[in-house]
Amino acid sequence: MQTSKQLDLTFAALADPTRRAILARLATGEATVMELAAPFQMSQPAISKHLKVLERAGLISMDVDAQRRPRKLEPKRLVEAVNWIERYREAFERNYQRLDALLEELQAKPSRRKRTGK
Amino acid sequence: MPKPAEVTLPSDRDVRVTRTFNAPRQLVWNAHTRPELVRKWQGYEGWDMPVCDMDVRVGGKYKWQWRKLEDGMQFGFFGTFTEVSEPSKMVHDQYYDPGDMDFAMPTGDPCIVSLELSEQHGVTTLVCNLTFASKEARDEALSTGMTDGMEHSYTRLDDTLEAAA
Repeated sequence: MQTSKQLDLTFAALADPTRRAILARLATGEATVMELAAPFQMSQPAISKHLKVLERAGLISMDVDAQRRPRKLEPKRLVEAVNWIERYREAFERNYQRLDALLEELQAKPSRRKRTGK
Repeated sequence: MPKPAEVTLPSDRDVRVTRTFNAPRQLVWNAHTRPELVRKWQGYEGWDMPVCDMDVRVGGKYKWQWRKLEDGMQFGFFGTFTEVSEPSKMVHDQYYDPGDMDFAMPTGDPCIVSLELSEQHGVTTLVCNLTFASKEARDEALSTGMTDGMEHSYTRLDDTLEAAA
């Protein structure tokens, strides 16, 4: 169970589209800073800033490969954070599906509405 | 088929829920402001809503209380409307009343709920923004608040299914 501080870091890390794209790339396999920077036309120092944020949040880690130092995804924390947002979304969605049914009922032809008697 | 709800985090203190409905804006507004309609869709599996008082005007108050059918445990929300522009916008504060439950949600500072409705070609887009008092309050609500009501029901269901196996 993540602490509030860790949640802060995770959500802040996820709030940026470049960082989300980096995570998506790492989901397919580890990559070096150069490889990660390429699709963004961003300088390596700029990408490194993003990587630091992701590392501090525990979402990626660095494989100590002497030459390349690739980054890799740490999926557990990401899955936890995404799960919470997803469960929150599902709670709203359940209610809204009931609202869909109610709105359909309210728009039904008057004769049908009388029969349901609700 | 309406698009499912989407949740975004526009800032470190906000949660934003967006959803479309195949209905005119006035009906969606009514469903959010008339107690007899609110009761029909706001809530949780296995819970009813014994209290749904709403005085929808600036300065007016509301109170929502849910009760678990199984054991009568209750919790709810209450607050005051600060902005009411039917049928497009409503803003109210929201205090959490833990009642009998022991959810780890902050009870001190309220969150500010803003509901905006816009309509195009008979489809209404709803944007519900919740602004919490702090990052911590927002994160707590995200991780425990909204879902614990359901977790209780689903945990008991799991227990029941296990016992029957």
